[in-house]
Amino acid sequence: MDRFSLARLLRQGFSGHSGWGAQWRAPEAPLAAYDVVIVGGGGHGLATAYYLAREHNIRRVAVIERGWIGGGNTGRNTTIIRSNYLMPESAGLYDHSMKLWRTLSRELNYNVMYSPRGVMMLAHNVHDVQVSMRHIHANRLAGVDNEWLTPAQAKAFCPPLNIGGDLRYPVLGAALQRRGGTARHDAVAWGFARAASALGVDIIQNCAVTGLARDAAGAISGVETTRGNIATRKVGVVAAGHTSVVMGMAGVRLPLESYPLQALVSEPVKPAFPCVVMSNTIHAYISQSDKGEMVIGAGTDAYVSYSQTGGLHIATQTLDAICELVPQFRRLRMLRNWGGIVDLSPDRSPILSKTDVPGLYVNCGWGTGGFKATPGSGNLFAHTVAHDEPHPINAPFSLARFDTGRLIDEAAAAAVAH
Amino acid sequence: MKLIPCPICGERAEIEFAYGGQAGLVRPPPTATEAAWGAYLYSRENPKGALRERWRHIHGCGRFFNLTRDTVTDKFIP
Repeated sequence: MDRFSLARLLRQGFSGHSGWGAQWRAPEAPLAAYDVVIVGGGGHGLATAYYLAREHNIRRVAVIERGWIGGGNTGRNTTIIRSNYLMPESAGLYDHSMKLWRTLSRELNYNVMYSPRGVMMLAHNVHDVQVSMRHIHANRLAGVDNEWLTPAQAKAFCPPLNIGGDLRYPVLGAALQRRGGTARHDAVAWGFARAASALGVDIIQNCAVTGLARDAAGAISGVETTRGNIATRKVGVVAAGHTSVVMGMAGVRLPLESYPLQALVSEPVKPAFPCVVMSNTIHAYISQSDKGEMVIGAGTDAYVSYSQTGGLHIATQTLDAICELVPQFRRLRMLRNWGGIVDLSPDRSPILSKTDVPGLYVNCGWGTGGFKATPGSGNLFAHTVAHDEPHPINAPFSLARFDTGRLIDEAAAAAVAH
Repeated sequence: MKLIPCPICGERAEIEFAYGGQAGLVRPPPTATEAAWGAYLYSRENPKGALRERWRHIHGCGRFFNLTRDTVTDKFIP
């Protein structure tokens, strides 16, 4: 891997930027055998491959991607990073990621444009205020920063916010996580792909998995793909909304349902919105990308679907809420609106787990909010695959919790009503 | 907006309906294992294709009914 540096930038500048080259190797077809095959080339899958090679020295790794890397939910999400979840298990999981974000650009030698600009979650009624307070106290006890702002303080932190008395759901305060923020989603996928490829990981795009082969003892023995069969003893499935489909090939049924989740971006404008604002109650979240677009997240549809589009009334409701909260955006035009398929778990917490099938591991259930966890998820899942044992941080996020009843209920902290 | 065929009221807008997820889940006996209860409560088929599912016309006649829908095209399958 050619490292990016100021010296190299200057050299390239004088030679017409003609020598940058491809950022990762792109083998046309997989080898006949790998130590580990990761199914799904999104951020989480690429991060898993990177940490397998980097921290566990397992370098014969293939990432199999049906489309192109980062073309699924990694490229469709609203890029919000935060760790203000309620339960202690979640604090461990999401804050692990938060710590990795801080040094990720340097570690990958790739600018992921991590911007801790603050995530502010609004409270609009007495119940919201009480829930926010509970979250703030739980977070602070778990060592996660979160603080309460009065409406005036919220307005000072985010001047475009409307805290006037004319709102149908007035702003009664807000919970602010200052370490929260955003990063550039494409750069995260590309950065992990580049760093993983440099360590020997093969990234095979346009290659769909068609079957999971098992030996006489029932253990994983290989992966069947549209570009040939691969022999392997370990498969990690990181396929987001399509996890149920892939795992079904091994006869494993998961506690997941796939729903379309929508997002929108406006036309680009000058910097006008300094932080991330989210509202559970009126269902809206918004931030401004470095390109200037307002990035707006809407809700999930009411029913299970793989259609990658959502109902227009869902997006309309969110835009109504945005127009109330930030009246100056009423005249903004929306450029694009899209959907992605998210895998919702019953307790809205992810699943990073071994399965009943030896050699088959699954990282799924991130639902509407997986981007924030990309580095931590890959880091912990790599540990789980490498050691055939979960890391203490992700041990509570096993599939077994749905049998024992030890759920990690984050339905409120997941921030958007599902 | 999606139109959903209520057996009593005919096609109505989806916001009049409550979704009940996968149909035909059979409640296990109280003596069943934890795994059987876990599967009943949480595991879902989640197919990419035909799904038999439960609906209720909650803001209309109140009728519970089942439909089969293709989860890729979102079209109901008669």
